[in-house]
Amino acid sequence: MSQPQMRKPIECGVPDHMQYLHPMLARNYGNWKYHDRPRPGVLHHVSHSGDEVWTVRAGTQRQMDIHTVRKLCDIADRFAEGHVRFTIRSNIEFIVADEKKVAPLIDELERNGFPVGGTGNSVSMIAHTQGWLHCDIPGTDASGVVKALMDELYEEFKHERMPNRVRLSTSCCEINCGGQADIAVIIQHTKPPKINHDLVANVCERPAVVARCPVAAIRPALVNGKPSLEVDEKKCVCCGACFPPCPPMQINDPEHSKLAVWVGGKNSNARLKPQFMKMVAAGLPNNPPRWPEVAGVVKRILHVYKEDARPWERMADWIERIGWPRFFEKTGLTFTKYLIDDWRGGRANLNASVHIRF
Amino acid sequence: MAKKPHDTPNLDQLEAGPWPSFVTGLKRLAADKDYMVDLLGHLEHSYQTRKGYWKGGTVGVFGYGGGVIPRFTEIKDEHDQPVFKDAAEFHTLRVMPPAGMHYTTDILRKFCDIWEKYGSGLIAFHGQSGDIMFQGCTTENVQKAFDEINALGFDLGGAGPAVRTSMSCVGHARCEQSCYDEAKAHRKIINAFLDDIHRPALPYKFKFKFSGCGNDCMNSIQRSDMAVIGTWRDNMQTDEALAKKWFAKHGLSELVNDVVNRCPTKAIQLKEIKDVRSGPNLSSVALNDSQALEINNKDCVRCMHCINVMTGALAPGKDRGATILVGGKRTLKIGDLMGTVVVPFMKLESDEDFDKLLDLAKRIVDFFAENALEHERCGEMIERIGLVNFLEGVELEIDPNMVSAPRTNPYVRTDGWDEEVARIRAKSAA
Repeated sequence: MSQPQMRKPIECGVPDHMQYLHPMLARNYGNWKYHDRPRPGVLHHVSHSGDEVWTVRAGTQRQMDIHTVRKLCDIADRFAEGHVRFTIRSNIEFIVADEKKVAPLIDELERNGFPVGGTGNSVSMIAHTQGWLHCDIPGTDASGVVKALMDELYEEFKHERMPNRVRLSTSCCEINCGGQADIAVIIQHTKPPKINHDLVANVCERPAVVARCPVAAIRPALVNGKPSLEVDEKKCVCCGACFPPCPPMQINDPEHSKLAVWVGGKNSNARLKPQFMKMVAAGLPNNPPRWPEVAGVVKRILHVYKEDARPWERMADWIERIGWPRFFEKTGLTFTKYLIDDWRGGRANLNASVHIRF
Repeated sequence: MAKKPHDTPNLDQLEAGPWPSFVTGLKRLAADKDYMVDLLGHLEHSYQTRKGYWKGGTVGVFGYGGGVIPRFTEIKDEHDQPVFKDAAEFHTLRVMPPAGMHYTTDILRKFCDIWEKYGSGLIAFHGQSGDIMFQGCTTENVQKAFDEINALGFDLGGAGPAVRTSMSCVGHARCEQSCYDEAKAHRKIINAFLDDIHRPALPYKFKFKFSGCGNDCMNSIQRSDMAVIGTWRDNMQTDEALAKKWFAKHGLSELVNDVVNRCPTKAIQLKEIKDVRSGPNLSSVALNDSQALEINNKDCVRCMHCINVMTGALAPGKDRGATILVGGKRTLKIGDLMGTVVVPFMKLESDEDFDKLLDLAKRIVDFFAENALEHERCGEMIERIGLVNFLEGVELEIDPNMVSAPRTNPYVRTDGWDEEVARIRAKSAA
């Protein structure tokens, strides 16, 4: 019997974007002059040609069922000239060439439960990961954490009341696929992996697992007569790096996998150079379905930032001005020994000066 | 009509509240598909036990070695059978979007129809690498779904030790700060690496990202191995009408506190118009009849802050291109790394300019493929071998823009100093 003929893929790569652009964007490609924001959630761009477009930005749940996508398409067809685009933070944008279309479009989006906002000095949608829905190594959920947090931050998404833009991310393991952010919520494991020695030899490429450990805490060992791996628990930093290549080294723990909060990351070069975020709280319980303890810390930090930062200060700029001691004082978070960096190069994060605010 | 839903008391709580609920979406899909009834049960089980239950495997499409993320359930009964049998396989297809993530409703509806037929009906716009994620497909249907998506002119993205799907900002399509055609660069580079995307054979992942200015909306400096970030070499442009409009609205306090004082290199001064100088490196713009801003472009680091505040009144110059940074990544395994400068400025206008960018990208990926250890990112490799060895390997000249300061320790052999000085002088004289 002959094999069925397999279809060869067409290696077409990234499609040509010009065919999907709104015609006004195509016409003014590379020729924009300036923009302003008539109201939160709306951008108004003016071209050197004199053409103008209005963009209405709305929040989505990112993980969308086809009915939601079709609903958004219906709205785009009826109110927004049949084109949409998405931002890096999973907001959807509708572009119209007529200012009169803006208000009805906003009404229709809000009527269908899509909040209009996420522009300028707002708290935009949270960059996030897959979590329990789809990831193979998640310590927590992603979509659910984001839904719970965005419910709490809904008004801040819809308004531009922050000193500068606020970018949030969540990540369901320490790899942090969610990325750098003004405030990030990331799983922080607190116990070494629990090893199922019956499975290691069959499932794991042991030298690769040994090589994966950032602190050289893993070594090959014979356990109960079987080739396996063992972890020097005094060395282990509980990062979970061994778990993806070796699932029998279970790092996720319903009780001991906690959540940490990080602040002050930014990728933008505006004012300060791009900054890595810094850990400011840990030990928060992984508490589905709404993670209230995490939401409490995030809201507390946001509240203080909103009250205390000056215009255009991102989280990092604000902390640079007030200093870390006052950050902890104002937010009521506790500075502990675990927040003093002892990783390679960590000495650069110590205060080598007498610059101290009293 | 699908089978009876499982009790989902935890997930039910995520239907309340004002933000759009993915759970409500999952339930809508579960009304028609047993697949999604069991997916909801699977997810609720995670919520109740606070653990994940998907494991990877090997599922793909004919002709490719990556692009599908296989997921098999680990929730099994005492006979090793899946408890949620209709959702025992829940694979994802990663599909590369158009640069800038623009769509017509027509193409989105076609995606929905395909995914209704072959998949779960759940689509994520977009994953953190920039893929459209068609989430939830059986092994049997992966090829069928891909064939139809592929026929629409869309292709799978990267997974594993491969060149990955890329992202570029809205840029030229709708942003006045855009310093090069990001989408053109994105498409040119990525489509030249399709073999490295579809057949993972690198030491580890390699990501490109494209941002049109220093605001870096694509987070490229930290999230990509090679970041292309727009900038300009000449003087900032100004527009007097927009500057006066801005000043009339915002006034002197905001100008001083939010613009002048926030310049990181103090390149901006507020001056009486009569005192404004002119010169080859100076930009100036009147704010009213007596006051003006004067900018020393030699001091400016193109951070974008003042342009962000006074958009249009201040603007990037005309001699545009990009700065190239290499080595950004997240935690594993040596800790976070920012990308660092390897090309301070590269003109990006003509087709030849873009050819040069592609040529550099190829040299860097080739060097990475040859020299990185298994599971080592480009930035980690550079940390191990030193930037100078990397630059020599990819044939780039050193430049003081690549450092924030020269070395602070004497542990280096300098017996080649004179020859090196002579070489650099000869080169700059040539």
